[in-house]
Amino acid sequence: MQRYILSRLVQSLLILFGVLCIVFFMLQLTGDPVSLMVSRSASPEQMERLREELGYNRPMIVQFADFASGAVRGDFGNSTRHHQPAMGLILARLPATIELATVSLLMSMFIGITLGLLGGSNPGSLWDAIARGAGLIGQTIPNFWLGLILILIFSVNLGWFPTFGRETWNFLGFIPIPTRSVILPAFSLGLFTMGQLVRFTRSAVLEIRGEDYVRTAYSKGIADKRIYVKHILRNAAIPLISIIGVQFGYLLSGSIYIETIFSWPGLGNLLAEAIGNRDFALVQAIAFFTSIVVVFLNLLTDIAYGMADPRIRYGD
Amino acid sequence: MSQTPEVTSTGSRVDQEKERGLWPKIVFVGKLLARDKAGTLGMVMFLIVVFTAIFATWLSPYDPLKQNLRDAKQPPAWSEKGSIQHPLGTDNLGRDLLSRIIYGTRVSLTVGFFGVLIAGGLGLVIGLISGYAGGKTDNIIMGGVNMILALPYLVFVVFIAAILGRSLFNVILIFGFTDIPIFVRITRGEVLRMRESGFVESAISLGATRPRILFDHILPNLIGPLITIATFEMSAMIFYEAGLGFLGLSVPPSIPSWGNMLAVGRKYLTIYPWIATFPGLAIIFAGLGMNLLGDWLRDVLDPRMRRIKK
Repeated sequence: MQRYILSRLVQSLLILFGVLCIVFFMLQLTGDPVSLMVSRSASPEQMERLREELGYNRPMIVQFADFASGAVRGDFGNSTRHHQPAMGLILARLPATIELATVSLLMSMFIGITLGLLGGSNPGSLWDAIARGAGLIGQTIPNFWLGLILILIFSVNLGWFPTFGRETWNFLGFIPIPTRSVILPAFSLGLFTMGQLVRFTRSAVLEIRGEDYVRTAYSKGIADKRIYVKHILRNAAIPLISIIGVQFGYLLSGSIYIETIFSWPGLGNLLAEAIGNRDFALVQAIAFFTSIVVVFLNLLTDIAYGMADPRIRYGD
Repeated sequence: MSQTPEVTSTGSRVDQEKERGLWPKIVFVGKLLARDKAGTLGMVMFLIVVFTAIFATWLSPYDPLKQNLRDAKQPPAWSEKGSIQHPLGTDNLGRDLLSRIIYGTRVSLTVGFFGVLIAGGLGLVIGLISGYAGGKTDNIIMGGVNMILALPYLVFVVFIAAILGRSLFNVILIFGFTDIPIFVRITRGEVLRMRESGFVESAISLGATRPRILFDHILPNLIGPLITIATFEMSAMIFYEAGLGFLGLSVPPSIPSWGNMLAVGRKYLTIYPWIATFPGLAIIFAGLGMNLLGDWLRDVLDPRMRRIKK
């Protein structure tokens, strides 16, 4: 197990180094990062001054070394728009995104796994049709469009939820508790994950139902309920770990549309703002930061998976 | 469809057809398709989208770019103030929404088709090299592939789009290149599996050369899984393109695209909700067709394969 964890850890560090290179060289893609950051009316002198100020006139290798050594210390330079360290801006927005992604994951797990179990254990039934429909819907309805429609129906017409923004209620004065403002964005964001979970749970249950050990359990006369809990659910749960881990990373990093629509003060919104302001230092910082989060989540998922299933840890 | 296939001891007749040539194959696939309602529906929906894109000039009642402020913000025909002249209504500048949606099909399909073509073509070549060469080459390629797949996709797509700027060509390149790893992984997996399989072993023992094994034995067997994944990826690209358009990072605003329409519709969501509603329905229609078709293709061409999703 230790060797497995160690090898995964080394892999993750290599990936992060690769990400660092990508994030750095992406800005050099057009040849001149400064021309991306200024408005079209900027004079050559202004651009030269900015180039000097931001250090883009130095040799590429020096720039990269500087960028990488800063990144390791958590320093991504200053946002050109806010004149503040980019990292501070990110950390200020992080709680809102974590709240959104967590609520979203819980909602989609509850709906997705329930429907998947119902559908998978009664193939061909009405529940199965609902589960298959939900799986398809999750994959075909764009979440940004769903967000707009939900606002229209539930906020504008029915007035059940606020149209935008994040409200929290402070428990004991300092622990923020999500309020109903999170429901619509979390549901729209989680739709795809919900679809994936339905599809996956359904097919896992269907597959496991046909396994020899389930047939043996039936032939021994074990009660249906016990077979479901002890044999089918337990075996379906193991691969679910990896899906859920990956999906949580997707929810944390993929909320740019939803946060923009609902003016949710999280990382996705910050990214959209930064792009609108052509604040590329901040964009780089967000891209690297979300990559760290996603890679770290994948690592945790791999470890949890390895713990739950010995075949993974030795097979590789 | 009404004719029941003649059943023999080894299964229905449809399965045993072995004629060569392209036409019998198409007929064979058509017969398989007719057996599956969802697959047929998917195919029909997909064909509708393709035809709409090809014949957009004839189908659309108006010029999608023509502004007419007097007719601006008209609701769809079935609502009280709507008129049949603009069946789906008009947007804030009086442009006909139906015509814009019809023309938008072109952008979406172009991005989806060429994106998949680039990703699939390059992914196939890289995957073949990786799977067939093995060893160090394979390790390096798969290391890169796994790294790209571990990145937060949307963040990077948005990042690249912001740097490259708004143009159809750039959007195609972005999706074409960022999607390569998916195709590499599928190709490599299939090649590895086939390399160990009986038919390749027999070919080797008969003295077949490497290129012969690659082109005559392995390549034809890759077509099925690749087409399946291409269908899903095409629908994903259409979805992401619309998302980029929504953020104002896809094709320039002068080109009618579903994403650009959504971006406009969002501004007027509470007062003129139809502007945002219809392009969304168009995306769902296209996506649903491709997903149904893909599900069917997966079942028919390769029942073992599960969808790989970023």
